[in-house]
Amino acid sequence: MLESLLALGGLVLLRDSVEWEGRNLLKALIKKSTLRGEQVHVLGCEVSEEEFREGFNSDINNRVVYHDLFRDPLNWSNTGEAFPGGPLGALRAMCRMTDPRPITIALDSLSWLLLHFPCSTVCQTLHTLHHQGSCCGDGSSVNVLGLLHEELHGPGPLGALSNLAQIEVTLGGTVGKASAHILYRKPRHRPTHQTQWFSILPDFSLDLQEGPPLKSQPHPDSHTLPVDPTTHLTFNLRLSKKERETRDSLTLPFQFSSEKQQALLRSEPMQASSHILYEPDVYDDLDPEDPDDDLDV
Amino acid sequence: MFPELNNLLNTTPDTEEQGKLTLLCDAKTDGSFLVHHFLSFYLKANCKVCFVALVQSFSHYNIVGQKLGVSLTAARERGQLTFLEALKSSVDIFFQTPVEPPQPLQFLREASAADLRPLYAFVREALKPGDGGEVTRKPPVLLVDDLSVLLSLGVGAVAVLDFIHYCRATVCAELKGSMVALVHDSGDEDEENDLLLSGLSHQSHLILRAEGLATGFCKDVHGQLRILWRRPSQPTALRDRSLTYQYKIQDKTVSFFAKGLSPAVL
Repeated sequence: MLESLLALGGLVLLRDSVEWEGRNLLKALIKKSTLRGEQVHVLGCEVSEEEFREGFNSDINNRVVYHDLFRDPLNWSNTGEAFPGGPLGALRAMCRMTDPRPITIALDSLSWLLLHFPCSTVCQTLHTLHHQGSCCGDGSSVNVLGLLHEELHGPGPLGALSNLAQIEVTLGGTVGKASAHILYRKPRHRPTHQTQWFSILPDFSLDLQEGPPLKSQPHPDSHTLPVDPTTHLTFNLRLSKKERETRDSLTLPFQFSSEKQQALLRSEPMQASSHILYEPDVYDDLDPEDPDDDLDV
Repeated sequence: MFPELNNLLNTTPDTEEQGKLTLLCDAKTDGSFLVHHFLSFYLKANCKVCFVALVQSFSHYNIVGQKLGVSLTAARERGQLTFLEALKSSVDIFFQTPVEPPQPLQFLREASAADLRPLYAFVREALKPGDGGEVTRKPPVLLVDDLSVLLSLGVGAVAVLDFIHYCRATVCAELKGSMVALVHDSGDEDEENDLLLSGLSHQSHLILRAEGLATGFCKDVHGQLRILWRRPSQPTALRDRSLTYQYKIQDKTVSFFAKGLSPAVL
């Protein structure tokens, strides 16, 4: 499903994290889009144009229009070169584009927009962007790819964007292998989940893979132990029949049975076989008085 | 600079990469030894350095620098080092009338949420290519120690991120230089600090994270250093992106070793 993300249309949210960054996947999807003949407009707020175009060949670069909002997004230089209205103005201008060809809009990144503009404004602009294609009347579709850094936002903005998005791709992985968890919301259908392992080749082509090798998969749910711990024990786990009978017939020392009662009664008139010899020494204080005398019991 | 750290990072003063943002962060320990490393590293590499020092005085960095073989006084005199000593300059901000153009630390006087445009203008002015001289042939470097202090001084996290964004646009993208910034990680206590740290992490090419040991204080192992390489120029370079070493800080150097292999316990 990862390769057909763009064919499904709508807003595609790429959620990445510090450990698993999403810009390479964004560039790979942009490359796919250009190979389908679409023009790609990139709203670049986070990296320079030179860094973004690195790795693309000239065919792809010709089809990618980079709106550079990295150099001066807040108009600090006051030279008049900055885009009027800043990044949001540039995004709104994209809403008004009347290009009849199918286009893809890549937002690098949505996080930058969310940090600088209210969430509701960003969501409204995205909604307009997605629907302007279907309202044009000529059937051209607008794909919007938005890169979102998960750790920077609270559950509110993340939830709002999730609701707007048709497809959500969350990046993750294990050691050396990247994965994309894809959540696809079809209208009037239940959402479908899929996890796709992939890697990105140096020319930004997508290489879809099967899961990682089994031995590196962290499986916490297996309860069957690979080694039987009951071998090579220094003690018995089971009793033989004879041992069981001996154990059952054993009388516990403080268990008062009738035999014990008889033994005690018989032994009373006889002298105890053991004596306690006590030699008080100099420091002992032998008080003949009973210390419990003053108790009223 | 610490030669062992250079080996771990695979850099030397002659071959440092350009256009990179290195993020230093520390959690439950003091990561300022990394700042001293990079300061002496770039001065030895003959780069033009702008150092925004918000937490310590000039003499502090000078004394440590001398142990590492660089003289900040000499570097400042020959124009290689531009040093913003915030502890001294902040007094001037409070006890003098505001002048035009605004001073780099003008945000200290402002009651409402300020932006750091004057500080950015100071950095831009300090690192702009000068008129000849051998120091200008190497790419410029911006060091900031540290950014968490700006949050404590009332600047918002987004304003600090914007400041770093503009510095990146100028120093890394336009002038092909490097940037190094230190941020403290307070755990989950401070939301603004977490936002700043996450935002900077996404912008960085290299993250060095000094952590205290989970088991507490130890005489022979002072902490653990995690190195994370991000945004490689080749997308396939996923292997060996993250390394963890333990370290011990000595008088003039820091020794690094693999986890559990401190010479004291072997």
